[in-house]
Amino acid sequence: MSEPTAEPLDLTNLDRTLAREVTPGRWEKMLSCIQCGTCTASCPAAPAMDLSPRKMWRMVQLGLTEEILHSKTMWLCSLCYQCQVRCPRGIPLTETITRLKELALERGIVSSPESEAFYRSFADVMRRYGRMRELEFMVRFFLTSNPLKALGFSKLGLTMLRRGKVHLELPRLGGEGRLDRLCERVAELEGRR
Amino acid sequence: MKYIFYPGCSQEGSALEYRVSTLAVLEALGAEVEELEDWTCCGASAAPVVSDLLGVVLPARNLALAEQRGNGRDMLTVCSACYTNFRRTMNAAADPNRLARINQALEVEGLTYHGTVTARHILDVLANDFGPEAIKEHVKKPLEGLTVAPYYGCQTVRPYSPFDDDQRPTSMVGILEALGATVYHHNREASCCGTSVVMTKPEVGLRMAASVLEACEGADCIATVCPMCQMNLDAYQDKVSRILGHRVRIPVLFLPQLIGLAFGLPESVLMFDRHITPVDLDFTTETQRTQSSNN
Repeated sequence: MSEPTAEPLDLTNLDRTLAREVTPGRWEKMLSCIQCGTCTASCPAAPAMDLSPRKMWRMVQLGLTEEILHSKTMWLCSLCYQCQVRCPRGIPLTETITRLKELALERGIVSSPESEAFYRSFADVMRRYGRMRELEFMVRFFLTSNPLKALGFSKLGLTMLRRGKVHLELPRLGGEGRLDRLCERVAELEGRR
Repeated sequence: MKYIFYPGCSQEGSALEYRVSTLAVLEALGAEVEELEDWTCCGASAAPVVSDLLGVVLPARNLALAEQRGNGRDMLTVCSACYTNFRRTMNAAADPNRLARINQALEVEGLTYHGTVTARHILDVLANDFGPEAIKEHVKKPLEGLTVAPYYGCQTVRPYSPFDDDQRPTSMVGILEALGATVYHHNREASCCGTSVVMTKPEVGLRMAASVLEACEGADCIATVCPMCQMNLDAYQDKVSRILGHRVRIPVLFLPQLIGLAFGLPESVLMFDRHITPVDLDFTTETQRTQSSNN
């Protein structure tokens, strides 16, 4: 029988920085996770994740920020909120995943470049026109993530054009975007500029 | 019943048929609906990731407009993702510090959000403001012989939605029965269809769509109340068929389209021709046959 290699956890000396950062005002809740695994059992994407949700929440408690940001787990969350509503401790899990994604973008540690392309393309188009232009968003997304992948969606794109589900509109590139001022104000308030 | 209507971006493009059929059905039911002027995107799933504050400021901008122009009316939404963002922002407004911060941002738009307007989902409005009895009174062509699988999806009922059970929702049952349809219950009614990861992680998103479509096989069609679910379940049936190893072909309709069909509203507002998976319900031809033999 081999000797156990892991050091026992020193529970009096946990790094709570990450929990404080991603569950603002409610980090004590995060520390109350009892590792029951209801989150993992409820997650439709769990089988594809490298870290199960249960494991990831333990790592949040331990402050293992780098390891979490390098995993793909948060980018597979489809925001179905099943884990959050079922958590017996009432921890806002899905909301915390959104904060983890924000942290990853902020630190530039994004283990899923296509997800970053997705969120940034969406935000850019929204900011420019105030409303989503679905086709322009899709084109931008594929150009910035993986143009080859677009092939898998191109047949559908053409069908959507034919059915009038998306429209061809010329992108407006210059000038002030509809939501530029609001977005800049928000960035200012968040101390990002 | 009077509402101020926030359509949301998909209602100008991919889900135009949802908007047109919803407005026609509400008109038939005697509701007064006025579109919110100058509305902008709610931020969808992207804004809260790009910035925590932006994720509540963008919905708050529209809620503030609705407060200003709504005169106490509820703000009606048809998209479950918009609905979630609005309800999430309503919750955030309960915290005075957070509300103050939101309003610091809205200053540049000349708006103030007070947290007084209520965002409502179309399913809530149909099921609870009108209800099956009132809907039944307007049915001209009962959907008899049509088996419909209700599909609520995730954000229609979770996590900020107060009008139905977040695990076993039932709001659609009474409505579908009032239309004369047979309800096809299945075990994926409140599961996620995977739409928000289908473009970035298709291998995961399509599998989730497959699990919903597979559960609904056996029904003549699926009824949804979310433009994201509708698109995801309607558009990828070829790919889903490859995953499941057999052909899946099931029309995915917006609930208001089905209500409109039973109300006898014309094809010009039902817009079945916009769907990716053809809406060739045997039932439709049967109705048309009955109709033409009556004429």
